[in-house]
Amino acid sequence: MTDMRTAFIDTTTALLDEDPRTALVLADISASQFAAAGHRHPDRVLNVGIREQLMIGVAGGLALTGLRPIAHSYATFLVDRAYEQIKLDLDHQGVGAVLVSIGASYDGSAEGRTHQSPGDVALFDSLGDGWTVRVPGHPDEVAPLLRNAATSDDPVYLRLSEQRNAEAYPDATRLRVLRRGLTNAPLVVAVGPMLDPTLAATEGMDVTVAYTHTPRPLDTPGLRALANTDVVLVEPYLAGTSSALVSRALADVPHRLLALGVGQTDLRRYGDPADHARWHGLDADGLRRSISAFLGSVGG
Amino acid sequence: MTTTLPTTSSARLPGLIRRLTGDEKHAPSAHSTVDVLQVLYDRVLRVTPDTADDPERDRFLLSKGHGPAAYYAVLAAYGFIPDAWLDDLAGSESRLGHHPDRLLVPGVEIGSGSLGHGLGLAVGTALGLRAQGLLNPRVYVLLGDAELDEGSNHEAIAYAGATGLDSLTAVVVDNSSASHGWAGGIASRFTVNGWTADTVDGRNHEALYAALTGHRPRHPHLVVARIESKG
Repeated sequence: MTDMRTAFIDTTTALLDEDPRTALVLADISASQFAAAGHRHPDRVLNVGIREQLMIGVAGGLALTGLRPIAHSYATFLVDRAYEQIKLDLDHQGVGAVLVSIGASYDGSAEGRTHQSPGDVALFDSLGDGWTVRVPGHPDEVAPLLRNAATSDDPVYLRLSEQRNAEAYPDATRLRVLRRGLTNAPLVVAVGPMLDPTLAATEGMDVTVAYTHTPRPLDTPGLRALANTDVVLVEPYLAGTSSALVSRALADVPHRLLALGVGQTDLRRYGDPADHARWHGLDADGLRRSISAFLGSVGG
Repeated sequence: MTTTLPTTSSARLPGLIRRLTGDEKHAPSAHSTVDVLQVLYDRVLRVTPDTADDPERDRFLLSKGHGPAAYYAVLAAYGFIPDAWLDDLAGSESRLGHHPDRLLVPGVEIGSGSLGHGLGLAVGTALGLRAQGLLNPRVYVLLGDAELDEGSNHEAIAYAGATGLDSLTAVVVDNSSASHGWAGGIASRFTVNGWTADTVDGRNHEALYAALTGHRPRHPHLVVARIESKG
């Protein structure tokens, strides 16, 4: 079965063939997978070597000339390392790019902290409100999101992961209700690959579960329409990343918010991604414990 | 030889710079970049206010965004911005800040100020032009010798040299201000990576012109413009 990274490579290869505006900038990561595309389009498939600052600078320059650059690497190298280039070589120049990351929060569990980026989405929040952030939960969501991004000139971050849900929901730019609770049921919002553990965790609970692969811009009208008093966020990156947005969206409504996600501490442990999910309380059991405790504390 | 209009424009520079700085004591040469900018806009760059958005124009990217008085004065002298803008540098309503912003100032190709960003943007610009078959425009980027301390430059120097990006010219204005100097010279950092290089007197306009137009096929080109030490 195709994974998200392969879906990205296949779709980008097709875009390079179809649209002369598409350009790809790499810093060695995934370069071999684009070798054939590079032979066909040597001027638009650019591997700068292990130089992430340059990768974003080049993307900015390409965009200044009217091309639509796609830049790609592990999230920690693409976003964390090149943060100032994203801020200045793209945002401050008034140009956009499609940044496509792999690795996410702990796909690189065995690689350790150096290959993990739980803070990437928070970094985009620090840049202002211009970025669209896509966090697909299934490989089949990748192609439509990437194709959509390629047609615009806007800044778009596409965060790919090896964690995935069983089913794809390409139409989830807005909050999409997948399980509806009774009147005034608590709302649980699951982002990207957190959907399946969230559905498993809330099995049998009277809650509404809504899914999105687009946390930025967050569907605040949908949130206001679905939310009652209790709101739970389940995000696959730093816990609380979207708390401020939810608080702002519900500022005039009495509400309680539980924000679940990856913890801030470097665990200094290896293992596999499922271990990290468990350690961060993001497996079904951990989520169930946290959500039950939060909902059980109502009025207490 | 220069034409009448550019000569007129050049002649206006001292007054325009004084208008920006209010500094009657120092000659325009107090500004490290003024001679390079003057030669570029007078005789080298194929860009005018009318072609400032033309895909076929030459690009000039000021990477070293500090002390842009000479740059703003040149942009006014050559008609990209009104002279009156020079009277309110960094004021609350001014479009001219202590570092230039491309979204605020016509003719400015990049917003700069944080050091070490222009060369990477220049490499991307040169690549983007080439990918679209725009083979005539040349990309010039101006840096300072101390700016080369930033490691991001060396990512761009190595890559542009390795790929023979020959539509790119970097100009380093060298006033010996790098804290630890550049043992072995600035040009060697570039030439070892496949660039051609000319090191010239940064106050000599004929020498600057020759160097700024001295690029060769299949190699990016470097001009080191040496001027008096910052002191």
